[in-house]
Amino acid sequence: MVLTAKPLSPLHCDLESHATPQPRPSHLRSSLQLALIALALVWVPAVAAVDEAGPAAGAPAPPTNLVARDTPSDRGESITIAWTRPPEDTGPGGPVTGYRILRAAAPDGPFEPIGQASPGRSQYADRDARDGVDFYYRVEALSAGAPAASAIVGPVQARPQWLNTNQWNVFVILALLLGFNLYFIEHIKKGGKPYIRQIAGLEAVAEAVGRATEMGRPILFVPGIQDMNDIQTVAGVTLLGHIARTVAEYDSRLVVPTSRSLVMTTARETVKEAYLAAGRPESYDENSIYYVTDEQFGYVAGVNGYMVREKPATCFYLGAFFAESLILAETGNSIGAIQVAGTAQPAQLPFFVAACDYTLIGEELFAASAYLSGEPKQLGSIKGQDVGKLLSIASIVIGVLVLTAAAVTGWGPLVSIGHFVRELWSTALV
Amino acid sequence: MRQTIPLLITGIVGAVLVVAYFIPHPPFDSLREEFAIFFDIIAAIAFILGGGNLIKMHGNRVSRRKEGWVYSLVTVVGFLAMLAVGLTKLGNPGGIKDSSVTAAGSYFDWLYQYVFRPCGATMFAMLAFYVASASFRAFRAKNAEATLLLVVAFIILLGRTFVGTLATAWLPAELHFLTVPYLAEKIMTVLNFAGNRAIMIGIALGIISTSLKVIIGIDRSYLGGD
Repeated sequence: MVLTAKPLSPLHCDLESHATPQPRPSHLRSSLQLALIALALVWVPAVAAVDEAGPAAGAPAPPTNLVARDTPSDRGESITIAWTRPPEDTGPGGPVTGYRILRAAAPDGPFEPIGQASPGRSQYADRDARDGVDFYYRVEALSAGAPAASAIVGPVQARPQWLNTNQWNVFVILALLLGFNLYFIEHIKKGGKPYIRQIAGLEAVAEAVGRATEMGRPILFVPGIQDMNDIQTVAGVTLLGHIARTVAEYDSRLVVPTSRSLVMTTARETVKEAYLAAGRPESYDENSIYYVTDEQFGYVAGVNGYMVREKPATCFYLGAFFAESLILAETGNSIGAIQVAGTAQPAQLPFFVAACDYTLIGEELFAASAYLSGEPKQLGSIKGQDVGKLLSIASIVIGVLVLTAAAVTGWGPLVSIGHFVRELWSTALV
Repeated sequence: MRQTIPLLITGIVGAVLVVAYFIPHPPFDSLREEFAIFFDIIAAIAFILGGGNLIKMHGNRVSRRKEGWVYSLVTVVGFLAMLAVGLTKLGNPGGIKDSSVTAAGSYFDWLYQYVFRPCGATMFAMLAFYVASASFRAFRAKNAEATLLLVVAFIILLGRTFVGTLATAWLPAELHFLTVPYLAEKIMTVLNFAGNRAIMIGIALGIISTSLKVIIGIDRSYLGGD
């Protein structure tokens, strides 16, 4: 009935355009006109009343305030459509069962459905919109009755952006850390004396290498089971350079089994350069750095076999480790080796702490190279890292205090500050 | 020159990828994936070196009859067998033209399922015994910290079993916070979680700092020199 009535709103107009016209004999036109006028006098006020309360029994009001815009901070090909939900949308289980999003290349259609949104939602991202092409959108509220369609919005075009403003917090933290690092590097270069606390595990490197030399046994270095694209492996190989130099100076024997071919080639170059820097290039043995297998437990079996047979006096485990950490460390413990471990895998740290003599916990692994080098510019980076840590601690404390105070007082500025601090760290370090 | 070129490559690629993180516009949006492909290509080439090294190492041991040469023989035979079966796709239902090496029914799949996986599972199973021996050492009450660790570990272990529930089931509802499962859960979700987060923040800062050092060229240890 609504479809044939005088349109009272854009919704009705829209639905009318989709209605199938009924054939009417022409000779009846004049009498029908009279009848319609008579009916209109009675019926139109009734329809208007229905429209104020809702379009029809069981049908919700249409979504309003429809807005379509290019999705910000993205690589293009995406348009975000937002709307105000009808009052009947009370979420899942309510009379509105969802929303159907329709798209067209022209305002008069044809509109094709491109996706659905759940009840309670008021936004949808069309991720299939070609860049630079005009699109028009309409949203229908679905229910047990007829769908209630919104007005049409458009034209809108998708475009890629040059700046991802969503990552502002990452940028701020990165810039701050870079600034701190550069400042302290310059400060120490100019004669500033930094205080760096002693890291027992790194102080023990020379002792551990010396012990192996005295015992006439090899030194085992395990650079983890990840490839060179893992920063922990990079940190491990960096430390290998320092340890290899000490080993070369002591004229001891270093063995490096690797689980990745690329780590093997990198480790070979690193150790070779370290032996060269120590003035003992002739002592470098390429065969002592070898590939075992990419497979986790196959690698463990190979390394364990070596440990049991050769009984290295010192074992270093520096890199990314998973379930194999405890198997390696316990085997090392059983052969009486002095063991130094370091990883940024929090789940493996307790195993290393339990089974090894020294453990570099998380950040210490990354600071170790600078610590061992003793170079001013590298030590400056440790100070920069420390200031970054201080900043994060201060942010946590301030954030907790401000948000607690905001929750108690409800004071607007405090709420804003609390949200800002939370946002600063919410995605920055994940 | 031996250090300058790698340093330049590291610095330029690192800086471009950092900048690309903030630019969603093409061609920066796909740089990460593009460089990951480059890495895969290099890693694939390096694998030839790794495989060659494996054959050379163990082949030498076998030919010179060094101690434990039989194990090396098993390694070489296993490596070559898997390689041959994989390359020729023996037993593969689709024959050599089938794109899948691991299709059900192929010899490669059979070797993987019935030789390789049980061997890996055996190594993994050993972990249980190592956990027991490591725990035994770690939980010895040598000092105050070790005693605290022992007590906490005891609560956690007990709280994760039915014994923990039964042991404190008699407590009235208002003393629920003293039950072992409750204590175990709170230790894990509050104390352990807080400590874990602190370590994670330190690790994240360390990763950023290390990456900056490598990109700027301050840390050149991976090139063997300081």
